[in-house]
Amino acid sequence: MRISYREAMRTALHDALASDPRVFLMGEDVGKYGGSYAVSKGFLAEFGPERIRDTPLSELAFVGAGVGAALGGLRPIVEVMTVNFSLLALDQIVNAAALYRHMSAGQFHVPLVIRMATGAGRQLAAQHSHSLENWYAHVPGLTVVAPATIDDARGMLAAALADPDPVIVFEHALLYNSEGELSDAWRACDLTSAQILRQGRDVTLIAWGGTVAKSLEAAAALAAEGIDAEVVDLRVLRPLDDATYIASVRRTRRAVVVDEGWRSGSLAAEVMARIMEQALYDLDAPVARVCSEEVPIPYAKHLEDAALPQPAKVVAAVRRLLGKG
Amino acid sequence: MFEFRLPSLGAEMDEGTLLEWKVKPGDVVHKGDVVAVVDTSKSAIDVEIWTEGTIHELVLEPNRKVPVGTVMARLLEPGESVEHAEAEMRALPAGAVSAGAHAAVASVGDAPAAAAPAAAPRAGTAAAAAPSRQRVSPAARLRAQALGLELTGVTGTGPEGAVTLDDVEKAAAAMRPADRAAAAAAVATTPAAAVAPAVAGRALAMRSAIAAAMARSKRDIPHYYLAADIPLVHLQRWLAARNADRPLTGRVLMAVPLLKAVALALRRFPELNGHHVGDAFVPAESIHVGVAISLRQGGLIAPAIHDVDALPIDELMRRLADLVARARALTLRSSEMTDATITVTNLGEQGVELVQGIIYPPQVALVGFGRVTERPWIEDGKVSVAPVVTASLAADHRASDGHRGALFLNELARLLQQPGQLDAGAT
Amino acid sequence: MTMGTTTEADDPTLRQAILETLQRIAPEVSPREISPSRPLRDQVDLDSMDWLNFLLGLHARLGVDIPESDYRKLVTLDDLLRYVSAKRRG
Repeated sequence: MRISYREAMRTALHDALASDPRVFLMGEDVGKYGGSYAVSKGFLAEFGPERIRDTPLSELAFVGAGVGAALGGLRPIVEVMTVNFSLLALDQIVNAAALYRHMSAGQFHVPLVIRMATGAGRQLAAQHSHSLENWYAHVPGLTVVAPATIDDARGMLAAALADPDPVIVFEHALLYNSEGELSDAWRACDLTSAQILRQGRDVTLIAWGGTVAKSLEAAAALAAEGIDAEVVDLRVLRPLDDATYIASVRRTRRAVVVDEGWRSGSLAAEVMARIMEQALYDLDAPVARVCSEEVPIPYAKHLEDAALPQPAKVVAAVRRLLGKG
Repeated sequence: MFEFRLPSLGAEMDEGTLLEWKVKPGDVVHKGDVVAVVDTSKSAIDVEIWTEGTIHELVLEPNRKVPVGTVMARLLEPGESVEHAEAEMRALPAGAVSAGAHAAVASVGDAPAAAAPAAAPRAGTAAAAAPSRQRVSPAARLRAQALGLELTGVTGTGPEGAVTLDDVEKAAAAMRPADRAAAAAAVATTPAAAVAPAVAGRALAMRSAIAAAMARSKRDIPHYYLAADIPLVHLQRWLAARNADRPLTGRVLMAVPLLKAVALALRRFPELNGHHVGDAFVPAESIHVGVAISLRQGGLIAPAIHDVDALPIDELMRRLADLVARARALTLRSSEMTDATITVTNLGEQGVELVQGIIYPPQVALVGFGRVTERPWIEDGKVSVAPVVTASLAADHRASDGHRGALFLNELARLLQQPGQLDAGAT
Repeated sequence: MTMGTTTEADDPTLRQAILETLQRIAPEVSPREISPSRPLRDQVDLDSMDWLNFLLGLHARLGVDIPESDYRKLVTLDDLLRYVSAKRRG
């Protein structure tokens, strides 16, 4: 069945709301407006204002309310419009949700799911376009996922809700309109493993979220040059599934990490460091990365495109690793 | 601006470890100044520079093992300003610094393969500075180690000219079967060396260095061998008289007049004194005699005494004593390691009569002396007992012929009959 | 180390001094393994430069000067002991 990412996500939310009365959705514009990205369109009429709650523009308050509801036994899904805005709620996420299990010696769990859009590419300018997944992937006590495929958009939410501890779900804003085949694999979604989306012998492209599709596009272009690229979708940004991408790099001996975040202190840097730690002697070239330029993401289309990782940049990085730069 | 590169300190040396800088940026250096101490497989060597200048930048950090030809330092030419040098650096395209600037490699006379930078950087790659050492990917290095493959000379096709796994596999496939077997055998002995203490590691390294040089010699050099018995009645008498009234510190060993006589004889036989470089023999302008010195811990080293033909006997004795002491203490200078134009070996100490030596490449001759023994000697129809030494010559047939070699031994014999002349420095 | 061997010049201190000097030249030598009555240069790998340095060491330590013409008298460790003690007495 061919569906859009938005439909997959919407179906997942609908399933969750329909199957578990403890589940409710809360956030800015999720009710009357139907969600900034139209993921919850029609939900208000179907599930009522008790379970589809529009909130004021106050991230700290409504994420905090979600933490409280989770502690109280509900299964809240809190939607934050973009990761940029989530910074207002950092205290509730990092100092409350992520810590309670540890500080209560396991007596309290916070079964909270926070969805947020991330990334650029829609000309929404700097305050709506950044990729700060690495901020959350840094924090013990959180599970951080980035569904990039139709299957994951369909299946990851249920796995997140089943987790007794807080899970952050990053949905790249460019993905909602993407389409693909939904396979049965969505039913087996876990929150632990990375996945090889394309097998190849010459280089491993490591990506997640919005850069997965760009990496697949780059791999197709490289194939035309006779370079056989493997593409790994990390899926889970915390905890990282080292085994999968390290094994891939050991086979191909070269790696390019594709990360829409800024280079300095990026998640790409963490992945590269782990490759050095675990696979240095298997490497046949320095590990490379393609990240966003270190500027606030521009509004103008041509500048925005230039600032972001693009398939052509990935192709160029691979060529350099193969001594063909 | 010019570069100072790691010189080859012997035919078998292809890498070295910088132990210590003896200079710092801003220091003015003159010809012959020791600028660094470098550990080779044989010993720690004081490396000299032969171009005047001011140290601008020390590129290489101590304790790094690098191939011969690696840029160690950059220097300002006399009168050159820092600004000029830096402008020159910026003006040069990446990678051209090494090729364009004249490199102050100590003159070695060695085969170009050993002294040349190991891998040329790919033209037009990245704006990185000229690579300071051969780039080898970790995977390629590991594989080369496992195969026992020498990476010097393997051209890299990876990023910035790095040697990749593929390059190693191809180079290994191109190796001759015999070499491959030898390499594998060397690898098989390596684990023991890895756990052995440093001394044993050095001994093993020296063994393999000697193995490489001698194998190269026997492979490449068409040796011919000549020998002649030389009576030393006059020399022994002259030496005894000379030493009789001298304190220990003033005494001269038999080896000294033998060395001197070799050097003087060489003046008339330039085809035995020099180096075979590339496809041609290059005669040396000076006579620097390498003296084979066996080390107590095992192994052999043949550092040079410079201008032996011009040294008075007492001075030559002082130089020889100093050289032996420093060779055994492993503190030699780079010029001593590289400058020899011929080698003399004196296995007579071990009681043998005849030495058939292996030439130390790229030299073209080796003179051996056996033990001085009392033998019947016939002269003018009369038999007498005389001290006699068998002198031998192993020479490179590409550079000289047996007839000239024989004349050289005759000349040597003649000189040794007139010991008084040896001290004069002229024939 | 040399128990049971008696010579006219068996001076343990002098013997010790000679052996120590020898060891500076040839560190691999074990004094216990030196037979005092066998030729020294058969037991220790000494070339003529080593021998000269050994004699220089003895001179520095014991103040004896050994002319070259006497070298042939000095074959064994006992020879050396006798020679050096005679020189010092004289």
